[in-house]
Amino acid sequence: MVEPILSVRGLHTSFSAQEGTVRAVDGVSFDVFEGRTLGVVGESGCGKSVTARSILGIVERPGRVTGGEILLRRAGGGAPVDLLKLSPDDMRKVRGREIGLVFQEPMASFSQYYTIGNQIGEGIRLHLGLNAKAARERAIELLDMVGVPQPSRRVDEYPFQLSGGLRQRVMIAMALSCDPRVLIADEPTTALDVTTQAQILDLLRDLQQKHGLAIILITHDMGVIAEMAHDVAVMYLGRAVETGPVRDIFGEPRHPYTRALLRSIPTVLAKPRSRLPTIEGSIPHPFNRPVGCAYHPRCVEIVDDQCRTEEPPEAGPSTHRIRCFLHGGRAATGAAQ
Amino acid sequence: MSETLLEVRDLKKYFPIRKGLLRRVAGQVRAVDGVSFMVRKGETLALVGESGCGKTTVSRCILRALSTTEGEINFTIGGKTVDLAKMTRAQLRPLRRHMQMVFQDPYSSLNPRMVVGDIIGEPLLINGMSNRAERRRRVLELMELVQLPAAYINRFPHAFSGGQRQRIGIARALALNPELIVADEPVSALDVSVQAQILNLLLDLQDRLRLTILFVAHDLSVVKHVADRVAVMYVGRMVEVAETEALYSRPLHPYTEALLSAAPAPVPDAISNRIILEREIADPANPPPGCAFHPRCRYATERCKQERPEMAEVEPGRYVACLRWDELSLRGIAAMT
Repeated sequence: MVEPILSVRGLHTSFSAQEGTVRAVDGVSFDVFEGRTLGVVGESGCGKSVTARSILGIVERPGRVTGGEILLRRAGGGAPVDLLKLSPDDMRKVRGREIGLVFQEPMASFSQYYTIGNQIGEGIRLHLGLNAKAARERAIELLDMVGVPQPSRRVDEYPFQLSGGLRQRVMIAMALSCDPRVLIADEPTTALDVTTQAQILDLLRDLQQKHGLAIILITHDMGVIAEMAHDVAVMYLGRAVETGPVRDIFGEPRHPYTRALLRSIPTVLAKPRSRLPTIEGSIPHPFNRPVGCAYHPRCVEIVDDQCRTEEPPEAGPSTHRIRCFLHGGRAATGAAQ
Repeated sequence: MSETLLEVRDLKKYFPIRKGLLRRVAGQVRAVDGVSFMVRKGETLALVGESGCGKTTVSRCILRALSTTEGEINFTIGGKTVDLAKMTRAQLRPLRRHMQMVFQDPYSSLNPRMVVGDIIGEPLLINGMSNRAERRRRVLELMELVQLPAAYINRFPHAFSGGQRQRIGIARALALNPELIVADEPVSALDVSVQAQILNLLLDLQDRLRLTILFVAHDLSVVKHVADRVAVMYVGRMVEVAETEALYSRPLHPYTEALLSAAPAPVPDAISNRIILEREIADPANPPPGCAFHPRCRYATERCKQERPEMAEVEPGRYVACLRWDELSLRGIAAMT
């Protein structure tokens, strides 16, 4: 049995405001394996980005991780460590070194005052202890690896001199600068045009094959998930409602939300001017999280009052987990009582 | 055949690049460089392309939110055809009610200090419906049309979700019974589950009110669900215009082929033979000679580098601007699955 590099267990992250507490991530669990991509998909407010930030320990105030474990198997073997128990200093050695991060908005994530070579080099010098000259050489090597043309010239340019696609390549180079084993990519192609998106996704796949990267890909786009992910976690209002291999999620979706979501996606394969099946209503405001199963007010397959009053536990085979009373949840609660 | 509502002929819009202390004109950005197409009454024409292709500039020229550099915009109303490009502001004023706009971002396009009733009623007030009761009646009628509960009439925009806000924007655009609706990326800021609702609404409204829609979008999947015909732009030029089904199943321009191939489909394993375009979109301030697409085109020859292709009707209703269109057999969406 292959051990996961990263396991998230029962992660809870909440934001407290005057109006109340928002449970942005409310008990999320998943595993990430070497050379595989876990796609985390969901609509706005489902907690996918907060999950990523929780793993890296960069949740912004007033947000706070309130429970769970994030187990990382560090390079060089040994027992997995719980990132939530690390000191800020130790966590700094993980962030950027063992887990790389690619953000959505490449323009907002770079400093405009330093050359890209400088910015890539910063992490290399800090984590790997190289001197300025060696770091620069490594930066050029990395730019070449991610397909930036004329890397030895580009290394001295500033982010505003690059196009969106190139900036995202530089961001990937930066995330991979210290050979991390896990890469978290948060909507890496959302700000890009489709033809550029195709280039970047191709690059990520290629790098994964070469370096055996474990990738957590966070996106709202089911098309990107279908293309990139090996495993998928579908999130709704802070919970993973369905987790499983990509073929099962698309081939035999079980949770009513996954099913409805897949049906409602526009596709180039549709008949022209064909009406799409819709999901009724809209995503509730996080302060008004519905009692019971959070999806029940929009669910067309609602079972009975249980959906309105109890939160469905996780059920199903170990490779395909579902949080819905339609799928063995009832039996599971019965046994627990 | 249905009559023509709008005919755009050889439209050009150049933006000057100013440099130096004296703001001398140092060059031109050819945002739109000779675009021709027409929109039939009652149809949806989708204007598609990637960022910087000029699609939004075309739509703003039609609405005369921008003046044009050259070309004609012939609009037929009440049996009379007028050239919007040549009209003065005073001449335009009575015509504006026939052309309305739906914006991309429902969060910034509604005044946060006005209640829904006033937002939808404002165009009525400006166009002389001064009777309060009459206006309220019309506003309620419009709210019903876009499926907003009448009870929301006195609420402010912040109380609404993205999808509901977009319904408010659509109701406002419909208030004056316009002939033409220009919708610039009306669903791209929405969550997928809400996107489908708005697309269906547009289809419904079009059937009921016999609306003509110019649908500006970058997403070919969304376009497939609403458009009768599709016009594809690349760096300020039109490259292909065709009926939706024909364009998707048998593209005639290599750029259309690449765009279709890059669109991620929600089907795992669908990407084995994707076309990945190399390099980046050309700069409209400095477009390459010949066909602007030639540096990225896998079928380009020496001739493509020198000779600029003009758009021609190559089959009834099919227009393409490619020197080699009749030698190539390009892949449509059927080849992708």
